Amino acid sequence: MAEFNLPKNSRLTEGKAWPKPANAKNVTEFKIYRWNPDDTANPRTDTYYVDRDDCGPMVLDALIWIKNKVDPTLTFRRSCREGICGSCAMNLDGKNALACTTGIDECSGTGKAAGRVTIYPLPHMPVVKDLVPDLTRFYAQHASIEPWLQTTTPAPEKEWRQAKDDREKLDGLYECILCACCSTSCPSYWWNGDRYLGPAALLQAYRWLIDSRDEATGERLDNLEDPFRLYRCHTIMNCANACPKGLNPAKAIAEVKKMMVARQV
Amino acid sequence: MSVAHRVTGTGLYLGTVLIAAWLVAAASGPAAFDTAQWIAGSILGRLVLFLYSFSLMHHMVGGLRHFVWDMGKGYEPQTRMAMAKFTLVISAALTILIWVVVLATR
Repeated sequence: MAEFNLPKNSRLTEGKAWPKPANAKNVTEFKIYRWNPDDTANPRTDTYYVDRDDCGPMVLDALIWIKNKVDPTLTFRRSCREGICGSCAMNLDGKNALACTTGIDECSGTGKAAGRVTIYPLPHMPVVKDLVPDLTRFYAQHASIEPWLQTTTPAPEKEWRQAKDDREKLDGLYECILCACCSTSCPSYWWNGDRYLGPAALLQAYRWLIDSRDEATGERLDNLEDPFRLYRCHTIMNCANACPKGLNPAKAIAEVKKMMVARQV
Repeated sequence: MSVAHRVTGTGLYLGTVLIAAWLVAAASGPAAFDTAQWIAGSILGRLVLFLYSFSLMHHMVGGLRHFVWDMGKGYEPQTRMAMAKFTLVISAALTILIWVVVLATR
């Protein structure tokens, strides 16, 4: 159910402003969400100043610069720094994106917040610490669509063969890195994330439904035939706008809905 | 645009109650009907009617947009932006058309 007010101990407060780097000419302001499970303080937004002449161009470069040179307690996930692992997904200036593939100048705010980069964890997820969201449920939902090849015919001596045309049907689906940018941008997933599978898991569901080698299509569709799991998608399209890989979960979900109708007629 | 579709849908829900009230007044006799007509003809009444007609058109055109999506078409970024703009422009144009026709023929 929708909640419009945060509980008292979750309300955001103004945090600390860290000192500006000395002798820096080219400085950008970062406003970053902080929350520590080990104390009883409310979440806060700290202000940092990054020396751009000493730092790479991406938001992840700035986060690492802050962690190394200003505040080692700042916590975030990162790994590959090239948009393939999906670890550094976070909310940059109001848009879910990967910190490693988003330029600092691409997400500095406008109007009152001009030139300032505002960073929050992925929306509507429990926070583990600072910019690290708890994605346990998100991964469990991915597991629930059984994302592996399922067959009844005996396995061939070598590999399962697939025609070129059938392989092409997986383009735009297999590239998903499960960063959760799409699911956590979806209002339906915010309100019903416990029962609605969300765009990322459903895109993966379609990836196995449309795979010419998979023989569990019927069972897979049965598993999705539910008022919540699939049908809480109302074509809001935030998922397709958020995806840092340019994929289109909304379209994949529409294809699943079409398959549901097609098997009934 | 998703939220606009929901807001206009809720508007239609409430507006239908007002239309039902108007029909009840029409069935209750001339005195009640005159009162209902007076309310509908007042500035506030006309404003509500105007918003109701816009909600109706916006929700209808938005519904067509969803119909296209339900057929698995129109998901590309430029197409969906164009469809959103189209919904706004066409629903505004239809609302103005309705009011021009209504005011010209009364």
